[in-house]
Amino acid sequence: MTDYRQFPDEQGHFGPFGGRYVGETLMPALLELDRARRDAMADPAFLADYRRVLHDYVGRPTPLDFAERLTAECGGARLWLKREDLAHTGAHKINNTVGQALLARRMGKKRLMAETGAGQHGVATATVAARFGMSCAIYMGAEDVKRQAPNVHRMRLLGAEVVSVTAGNATLKDAMNEAMRAWAEHVEDTFYVIGSVAGPHPYPVMVRDFQRIIGEETRRQALETFGRLPNLLVACVGGGSNAMGFFYEFLNDPAVELLGVEAAGHGLQTGRHAATLCRGRIGVLHGAKSYLLQNADGQVEEAYSISAGLDYPGVGPEHALLKELGRIRYTAVPDRAALDAFQRLARLEGIIPALESAHAVAAAIAEASRRSSDQILAVCLSGRGDKDLAHAEAAIRRLEEKMPR
Amino acid sequence: MSERLARHFAQLRTRGESALIGFLTAGDPNPEASLAILSAACENGLDVLELGIPFSDPTVDGPIIQAASQRALKAGMTVAGVLTLARRLRQRTDIPIVLFSYYNPLLQYGLPKLAADATEADVDGFLVVDLPPEESEELTLHLPPGRLPLIRLIAPTTPPERIDQIVQNAGGFLYLISRTGVTGSVPASREAIAQLTARVRERTNLPLCVGFGIRTPEEAAAVAGLAEGVVVGSALVQLVATGTPDGSGTAHQVAEAVRRFKKALRARSNQ
Repeated sequence: MTDYRQFPDEQGHFGPFGGRYVGETLMPALLELDRARRDAMADPAFLADYRRVLHDYVGRPTPLDFAERLTAECGGARLWLKREDLAHTGAHKINNTVGQALLARRMGKKRLMAETGAGQHGVATATVAARFGMSCAIYMGAEDVKRQAPNVHRMRLLGAEVVSVTAGNATLKDAMNEAMRAWAEHVEDTFYVIGSVAGPHPYPVMVRDFQRIIGEETRRQALETFGRLPNLLVACVGGGSNAMGFFYEFLNDPAVELLGVEAAGHGLQTGRHAATLCRGRIGVLHGAKSYLLQNADGQVEEAYSISAGLDYPGVGPEHALLKELGRIRYTAVPDRAALDAFQRLARLEGIIPALESAHAVAAAIAEASRRSSDQILAVCLSGRGDKDLAHAEAAIRRLEEKMPR
Repeated sequence: MSERLARHFAQLRTRGESALIGFLTAGDPNPEASLAILSAACENGLDVLELGIPFSDPTVDGPIIQAASQRALKAGMTVAGVLTLARRLRQRTDIPIVLFSYYNPLLQYGLPKLAADATEADVDGFLVVDLPPEESEELTLHLPPGRLPLIRLIAPTTPPERIDQIVQNAGGFLYLISRTGVTGSVPASREAIAQLTARVRERTNLPLCVGFGIRTPEEAAAVAGLAEGVVVGSALVQLVATGTPDGSGTAHQVAEAVRRFKKALRARSNQ
């Protein structure tokens, strides 16, 4: 049987994907980071620290919660929600920022910087910077600064400097470009906290390892609650950190199906989407080789999704490999279906999910409806939706005006 | 190394001059104007042309070269277009032309085809800013050895043992990044550059060319005594940014700027 957990190799390659495609200025910093990361992950004291902060400060473990009314409405498989929305700051992103901040502290770095799309990773980074007494700069596309105003206020309140990036189309891709430039400028004293399983090695493996806790808990909770593993796990994929963290523990369990859900935006045929794995081609962006939304000349295309956190033209290299190996299946859910799931989860379960997570919920509803009631589906509810209220409400109103019921 | 690069650096060495290496983005502000601008630069004193292939996400570049990439892409420039431009330039000039790129456009063009077409266009090497030695074999496998060197980069952050690794597979010349940060930023101190060149020179006989943050003829002259070449990029590209869309006035301005830089380097060599 293939060991799906053997990757990456020493140089950060996930089969043909991953690696380190950055300017020479950053290479020594990446090599140093990789050494420090390996050393830390092999140190029981570091891991104990990480677990303690996740328990006391983040509030882990997060529950695996039965969505009884949603299950009844689907009339099929039983739906369980891994409630990452209940983690401190309201999303899974904090698992990773706690890990990286502890690592930064261990490396003697006093300043954190990060890019952010929806703002969840920015908030999570600003939060740990405050907690550990570090200064913090967050790079955010000017468009996202507008779309995600509550998170901008949150980051500033936490003491972070929010740098509004106007280059390019002023979204996550451009924020990441600018963050990489700023890191090259301040590489000697600054720790760059990447928020997804993307970027140059060692970020994809490091972020995955700091997010593995989601799947580890889910596995334990499933065995305790049902005495067996779920039939299917579902998670949304932008860069892919919640999905990788959720799936990793189950990669070598062939009976457990894994489904990654990308954003189909206005629809895969329209060209206005963020479905990198479903529609992209292999290329190099932001330090790694992976799937990429690009034109025939290798120029990167803008992704589109109603959800700012999925609106990214790249995807983590480990996802690219697991797609090629056929271990994870990937699908895409359009804005409309995500908005529908957003409302259904609110009305039926009293949970307002992040629009990102609503994509996973939408795909899970479709899967559950096709399956029998002896099947168990677990959905990673990666974040809560407070940040999306204004944006989602306006979008719902536009849909209702177009299609009167 | 490329015969043309070797010959030009040897001639400069005989004259005691540092090479003036000019970076311009291909297709900026549009393909026709770009040809006129590039020709003017080549014919007025450039010793080596770094011809930039525009990319949508230039993470190593500052705002000036980012904007140039955007202009060129908007005007329809592609890798195939850059190779055509290089071919046409080659009919007008014998100076070495190095294609400067991010990796993805090259990868999508197809590496075997790239090597064949670049050889046919008679360019003299590649410089790929986001392709460190760890990842470069995929490309160098296709480049004819000696004919199309991959120019390697060294940064102020590169430790000595890594410099040793990098120079092992280097050809053409070495590009020394004078400071951390992106292109077009403020210059490094002469002291810092002297330390960097000394560190590298202990380890290789290849010509050393210093770039990033060299904006004026005076700054170029100050670096010239330390290295075999000085790279001027954003200062030239900025002239295209402020120039007319047809590029006619810009070509004159670029020619004038190149002459000033070259004059400063020649004066330095006569001291």
